[in-house]
Amino acid sequence: MTALAALTVAPSGALQAFVSPDFWIGVGVLAAIYGVFTLGLQLNVGNTGIVNFGQAGFMAIGAFSMAILVVKLGWPFGIALAAATAITVLAGVLVALPTLRLREDYFAIVTLALAEIIRYTAQNARGLTGGNQGLLGFDGAWVNVASGVADDLDRLAGLRSGRPDLLPLLVVAWTLLLVLAAWLSALQRTPWGRVLRAIREDEDAARALGKNPFAYKLQSVAIAAAMGGFAGYLLALQLIHLSADSFQPQFTFIGYTILVLGGLGSYAGVVGGSVVIWALLEATRFVDLPLSDERIAALRFMLIGTILIAVMVVRPHGLFGKREEMHLGS
Amino acid sequence: MGIDVAQRGLGSQRPPTFTVARATALAVIVVLATAVWLIAADGPQAWAQSSVNGLVSGSYYALGAVGLTLVYGILRLVNFAHGDMLTLGAYVAVGLTTGLGTPYPVGVAGGVLATAAVGLFLEQRLFRPMRTRRAGTLQLILITIGLAFLIRNAIQFAVGSSPRAVAVDVTSTIEIAGIRIGTTEAIVVVVGLAAIAAVAALLRWTTLGKQMRALADDLQLAEATGIDTDRIITCTWLLAGGLAGLAGGLLAAAAGAITPVTGSFILLNLFAAVILGGIGDPRGALLGGLALGVVQEWSTLELGSRWKLAVGFALLILVLVARPQGILGKARTI
Repeated sequence: MTALAALTVAPSGALQAFVSPDFWIGVGVLAAIYGVFTLGLQLNVGNTGIVNFGQAGFMAIGAFSMAILVVKLGWPFGIALAAATAITVLAGVLVALPTLRLREDYFAIVTLALAEIIRYTAQNARGLTGGNQGLLGFDGAWVNVASGVADDLDRLAGLRSGRPDLLPLLVVAWTLLLVLAAWLSALQRTPWGRVLRAIREDEDAARALGKNPFAYKLQSVAIAAAMGGFAGYLLALQLIHLSADSFQPQFTFIGYTILVLGGLGSYAGVVGGSVVIWALLEATRFVDLPLSDERIAALRFMLIGTILIAVMVVRPHGLFGKREEMHLGS
Repeated sequence: MGIDVAQRGLGSQRPPTFTVARATALAVIVVLATAVWLIAADGPQAWAQSSVNGLVSGSYYALGAVGLTLVYGILRLVNFAHGDMLTLGAYVAVGLTTGLGTPYPVGVAGGVLATAAVGLFLEQRLFRPMRTRRAGTLQLILITIGLAFLIRNAIQFAVGSSPRAVAVDVTSTIEIAGIRIGTTEAIVVVVGLAAIAAVAALLRWTTLGKQMRALADDLQLAEATGIDTDRIITCTWLLAGGLAGLAGGLLAAAAGAITPVTGSFILLNLFAAVILGGIGDPRGALLGGLALGVVQEWSTLELGSRWKLAVGFALLILVLVARPQGILGKARTI
């Protein structure tokens, strides 16, 4: 009783943060963005056995293509989204065509290098991407729709967020995440999905059955690239201001942390893993530690590193993963 | 098995006419043609200076890549934490110099000891248990990525991310025939090349080196012939860790300042050097590093320095796609 009284009389900043809707809206948006991003990794790593370290690059291609089409060429937002998705899928195919035959560790390094080339290009091609200043003003159509939705949510349900467009973005991002997760899970149960897993388990056996592993892997990378593109659009809308700096390789590695925490092969695990990781990461912002922002940022990444190592050492099939679905190459 | 190049998918039907001799001839022609074109476009002086700059930065890459290539070649481990081991060595060297007032070379020696100890610790507490559990490639890669995050951010947590100056002379230069090179840079290149030569000699002529190469060829076979593989692997980690510290201390001196991302920033270049030259071979790391450095510096003559890193990675991708075993590599090599 006294403890409860103490909490209500002098609520600490930390506890207040955990019950504030804005905290959970922020976590929800980030979890959905990274969730969509990681669904693509799950398709590649968990269900095809391809170690794709270049997902942040595909995300950058999607986000920048959309923003450039809207800002520089004046295309309508919806058409730009469709075109940017086509560009991202094409990029996935172009990347995969020469590299898929490489050994898995080489493929990992090459895709990481490609993602870095894409990031440097976004940084240096100033006329197109705005360089270090980045791009602004690609989200006019979205903000119009979002403010209408935000008003409706406020009027009908009494829901509102500190930044008005975040609540609509949360709804859109989670709808997209759940629809894509359900679609990919359904794909796993089709003959196509079974061939992917056969390739993951034994490529030669799949070939002996008359399947062309290369074609299936190519499709796997192309779909993963599209997921990266979708995550890129969501990220762009969340950031408002799009710059190359947002596509550092650590984005991909946070994706891998979510992936292994959720468990390889499980799309539901991606959704759960993303929520857990982002609740943890955002919590470090709200807990009142007597530390500088820089140290708190360092702590966040130390947390990521620790989770990655701990899961791989203690429970390599992940929190929600099945042991028989684990494929880590050997 | 071994580090043969598993070519899968459609690519495995590659026509056999593209021989090593042809590839080498083609590479030499491309390099010479590029050199002639650059001399014509930018003048011999600018070309020579950029070539020297390339050889200098290439030696840095080679030095950083030696430890990486040992672990990659002998243990089949892609160590994404290697760059951050470099950073750790650099911070120990700088910390000893500014904190205790030791001369910089003594600081570097301290950095070498610290990173060798980290290598030893990781092997005994982390990688040996994972080996007995037969951990897979991705599992180990992700562990090293976790370690990279942990080391880099522990450094940032401890000392902050603002650059630290290294107490060495970075202003004096040597000038030969109009081509300039920093005095500290020259010392770093010489010490670095000596270290690479020493590692190559160790692998070539000592018993330890021969046992390391035996492990690289076939761990089970090496074990069956009575080699104490755990001891050799421990030595490999000590050596690779120490080399990371040495590279970190030397590169810090050449750069004049360090930040917590100094090592991770060049990691992909180090992978490029290792893969370009052929995995597991210090001479390969040297050749790959020099090739990478020269190509990057030459590119700055035409494209400016903004595109340098992208050009290096593009070279890596081109070589991997055309010749995955590297310049020196055969299908099976240490």
